[in-house]
Amino acid sequence: MSKKSDHPQALRTEALETLLIQKGILNTQQIDAIVKSYEENVGPMAGAQMVARAWVDPKFKSAMLKDGKWAMSQLGIKGAEAQHLEIVENTARIHNVVVCTLCSCYPWAVLGLPPNWYKQPAYRSRIVKEPRTVLGEFGVSLGEDVEIRVWDSSAEVRYLVLPQRPSGTENLKESELARLVSRDAMIGVGIVKNSQYR
Amino acid sequence: MDGIHDLGGMDGFGHIEEDENNSLFHAYWEGRIFAIAEILSNNHTIPNSDAFRHAIERMDPVEYLTGGYYGRWLAGISTLLNEHGIVPHSETQHLLSRLSEIAPTVRSLTSDPVWSGINDTPADATDCRRAVPHPPKFSLGDRVCTTNKVSSSHTRLPRYARAKQGNIHKHHGGWVYPDSNAHGLGENPQHLYTVSFTGDQLWGCDADPSIVIYLDLYEPYLEKVKP
Repeated sequence: MSKKSDHPQALRTEALETLLIQKGILNTQQIDAIVKSYEENVGPMAGAQMVARAWVDPKFKSAMLKDGKWAMSQLGIKGAEAQHLEIVENTARIHNVVVCTLCSCYPWAVLGLPPNWYKQPAYRSRIVKEPRTVLGEFGVSLGEDVEIRVWDSSAEVRYLVLPQRPSGTENLKESELARLVSRDAMIGVGIVKNSQYR
Repeated sequence: MDGIHDLGGMDGFGHIEEDENNSLFHAYWEGRIFAIAEILSNNHTIPNSDAFRHAIERMDPVEYLTGGYYGRWLAGISTLLNEHGIVPHSETQHLLSRLSEIAPTVRSLTSDPVWSGINDTPADATDCRRAVPHPPKFSLGDRVCTTNKVSSSHTRLPRYARAKQGNIHKHHGGWVYPDSNAHGLGENPQHLYTVSFTGDQLWGCDADPSIVIYLDLYEPYLEKVKP
């Protein structure tokens, strides 16, 4: 990625960074460290670990559904944007999907930073009004008998979807299961598939 | 406020475009402004995330829709830094006119002190849970109606859920009240509830009968519906 640019937003950011450094409020190394940390360490693998553990350990799952933060602490997951984490479980009759219509709130600690589409007006405007159509566009087609629950993150509570475990994965280990769990499935716009049968 | 940010239920934004480029930051500056915002928030240079969100809500609507997510962060941070007298717009403008005269490849940041901090994963800078001096007004299952009060200040009650009836699904205890906190009016903690709304309540009788929308709403937004 080329660093400096004359794009107006790039210039304005560079000007702010320069002025804040000159005023002694922050410095380049702090910024570098945060960018690096999010690029390298924070991502959807944390959420995927929680899902996989819940699939193999019913006691862990029932405790996780009561207290998402407890489940995070059990797996040593820390981080921002998860003061309170609710886990919502998909079943054969219920499908959950998460949005923030007012800004773009997202459980960074367990999923990393949100994908572009999550932050764009099209998703934020439509998913609360026509979730079945939107999910169809993501390739998730649900029967008419499946209730769709849309969670609009309008306060500081953050949501993580516990997807259904795909069939044919009975012999997989927890770490193998975690690799099947996609970010989109934990937002609710995807289904976990058993890649062995793809 | 009835701003452009309050997008829930609006029509006309078209198809959802999935990312071709899955990288976290699509340009170098996006990572920079993200990290700057995190640092300014953690060291309390900017007041709180409610004030930050409200600064974004006050953007020019066209700029809001076209500037992208990190463009919104850049605008919000610039506004707060200006309003709190930390980086006045005049200083930024002055530097911008100088920067744009120098080729990007030879520009360098000046007088950058060496920093020897640890680069841990950033932790929760703030926890917004607070005790509320009165018990919760509502119990699970209560039928409630959301307020129709409209003001030009910050709120977390989306327009599409105003004056609608729903049911109390869960009580989350007391939390800092964004409607006060965003304006420097104190934390004014309030009880927070998840409230469920059926599709027909929000979108009329033609709505998909098998959808339920859940919102996290503060007690002052809600009134009990008499049976």
